[in-house]
Amino acid sequence: MKWVSVALAVAGAALVGLSSASAATLDTVKARGVLNCGANGQLPGFGMPDAQGVWTGFDVEMCRALAAAIFDDPDKVKFIPLTAKDRFTALQSGDVDVLIRNTTWTLSRDTQLGLNATMINYYDGQGFIVRKSLKLNSALELNDAAVCVQQGTTSELNLSDYFRTNKMRLKSVTFATLDEALKAYDTGRCDAYTTDASQLYSVRLKLAKPEDHVVLPEVISKEPFAAFVRHGDDQWFDIVKWVQFAMVNAEEFGIGQSNVDEMVSSANPEIKRLLGSEGNYGEQLGLTKDWVVRIVKKVGNYGEVFDRTIGQNSALKIARGQNALWTKGGLMYAPPVR
Amino acid sequence: MSDMATTTDTVLFVRTQRAERVAPPKGPRGPLGWARAHLFSSPFNGLLTVLIVAAIAWVVPPLLDFLVFHAVWSGDDGREACLATAQNPDPGACWAFVRTWINFFVYGPYPMEERWRVNVFFALLAVGLVWMMWLDAPRRDLGAAYFFLALPAASVVLLHGLPMIGLETIDTALWGGVLVTLVVATVGIVVSLPVGVLLALGRRSEMPVVKLFSVIFIEFVRGVPLITVLFMASVMLPLFVPPAWSPDKLMRALVGIAIFSSAYMAEVVRAGLQSIPKGQYEAAAALGLGYWRTLALVILPQALKVTIPNIVNNAIALFKDTTLVFFVGIFDFLRTIEVARNDPAWATPVTSFTGYAFAAMCYFVACHFMSRYASGVERRLGAADRR
Repeated sequence: MKWVSVALAVAGAALVGLSSASAATLDTVKARGVLNCGANGQLPGFGMPDAQGVWTGFDVEMCRALAAAIFDDPDKVKFIPLTAKDRFTALQSGDVDVLIRNTTWTLSRDTQLGLNATMINYYDGQGFIVRKSLKLNSALELNDAAVCVQQGTTSELNLSDYFRTNKMRLKSVTFATLDEALKAYDTGRCDAYTTDASQLYSVRLKLAKPEDHVVLPEVISKEPFAAFVRHGDDQWFDIVKWVQFAMVNAEEFGIGQSNVDEMVSSANPEIKRLLGSEGNYGEQLGLTKDWVVRIVKKVGNYGEVFDRTIGQNSALKIARGQNALWTKGGLMYAPPVR
Repeated sequence: MSDMATTTDTVLFVRTQRAERVAPPKGPRGPLGWARAHLFSSPFNGLLTVLIVAAIAWVVPPLLDFLVFHAVWSGDDGREACLATAQNPDPGACWAFVRTWINFFVYGPYPMEERWRVNVFFALLAVGLVWMMWLDAPRRDLGAAYFFLALPAASVVLLHGLPMIGLETIDTALWGGVLVTLVVATVGIVVSLPVGVLLALGRRSEMPVVKLFSVIFIEFVRGVPLITVLFMASVMLPLFVPPAWSPDKLMRALVGIAIFSSAYMAEVVRAGLQSIPKGQYEAAAALGLGYWRTLALVILPQALKVTIPNIVNNAIALFKDTTLVFFVGIFDFLRTIEVARNDPAWATPVTSFTGYAFAAMCYFVACHFMSRYASGVERRLGAADRR
């Protein structure tokens, strides 16, 4: 199935390339009065509707932040659930203005598919979950372990690479579906279970006794998630990029939902520029002066969104890890507003 | 004469005293007899019976345990309710999860305050279905007009909205659950009947262009899997038409389903048309009826009668096929369950099984009802042939 979706997406890129005399995305969005955001429909923590039909998740909040910056109203977003197969064509054809759907940034997606990745908003990668009773501290101690993994996934490939590189013996036990693999792990057929870290935490809750299991600190692969836009509209590319940068900067300067109003009158020149009390940086993007105030007040800064949707204040309780600010040992780093 | 009398007296092959009464053989009557005739008529059949009963005894009790006896029926506090406890160490189905999510299963992400519109649509659809399916209903011609013309128009206004009359527009991206499944199935069935009849007639037509078009259409669509038609409709179509004209996602899937089911319906109807003997056409011609009146008065009533079981069969298949819209990102009933079972607030070892069990029961009830209905109609319409 994979080549089908790739072929379709490449064909789509070619067709869109022929007719790329399209209007500026920002103007289209403003005229429409609502942002069309391509989302995942069923990934807990990142994008799915809750029992009341309200969309929730990390990617979803990123879309809301964009809407807040453009319309000063985080609810002016239409979420369009996309599958892994149709997500790129939906973006190419203009069905969605932006694709924020736990999508890994790779070179071919940047070039072949005619898309632009804006900023890495979540550093994902493959991790391991093991029983606490094994008293393991590192994935490097997994020598000779039986590891449950889903068949035919990149996880399976990464797993054997990792074990080979570290000269460990692997007994991988593969299953066709995630649920089967998980069940096997839960019933004790394997010592460890592996998949992308973003999923490990939600998967953990499906175990009979989640508190008996622990996620190991190692991340053995690179799956950087980014928001994507189409080639050919640099203004829109800048807006999507800088809305996310602004959220990271806001966290770095300690600007949150509760204190953003006081921070507007801060004397710190960096904060002044970010919040628009000095300069016209928002207007340069095609937005308003107070664009960051709108985002932080209506949606929150990066850390707040993270905690609320996937972090400590959510059911998933994903550790910040690589997604902590660069000042706190993570990789989250945004260029300055000036 | 006297010789013969003597023979009768001397040859004693006629019994002179009454035979003693014996009980009837235990054989063919009574429960034992029934069992012997139907369950154990030969050693092999007896073995089969024993094996099947053993299989049932092996499968059913754990199933009942899971679905009923160990199931958790209530609890609003999320996953805690459905985890193993001291009283219930091996928890069964988590029906509390289904209860919490049931509205999402029915309406999907349709806005809460507008859900009455969906309810009205369900009611209108129910009226239409009863009117069409109940063979003794009054004014069924009016019913057909209602079902094939008024209902679709009313549904579009009601579900999608018409700002002119104060109904806010609800984008189809927000439709979901049972609503979408019913819309997709109904559109497929409602469109496929008339289009299928036309295609079937076209295929038997003597006009080469019409015939060629019908043959190519039917054979092409029947030659590809439904999922391909759906992918074409939902992925390729928007690349060819300008964005402003591009129909929305659900509409694309509906077009795909309608095209697909029409082609199959055409073949079902064609089979019915072929079962009508040539004499019927000739008789109609002798009465001076033209092509359309021949069809409307003589041929189609008989042909459709023969095909009703197959039409319903098609409808059942289509109803189940609607789950394939899942793959083009539409929230049909099955997909809402797929979403809900990922909810971290209800993530337990049994949540997925509960969701799938619920889906299976719903689909089974719907399909079983349709097939019972079909066999009822078949019996009734076949009465004439059985005399």
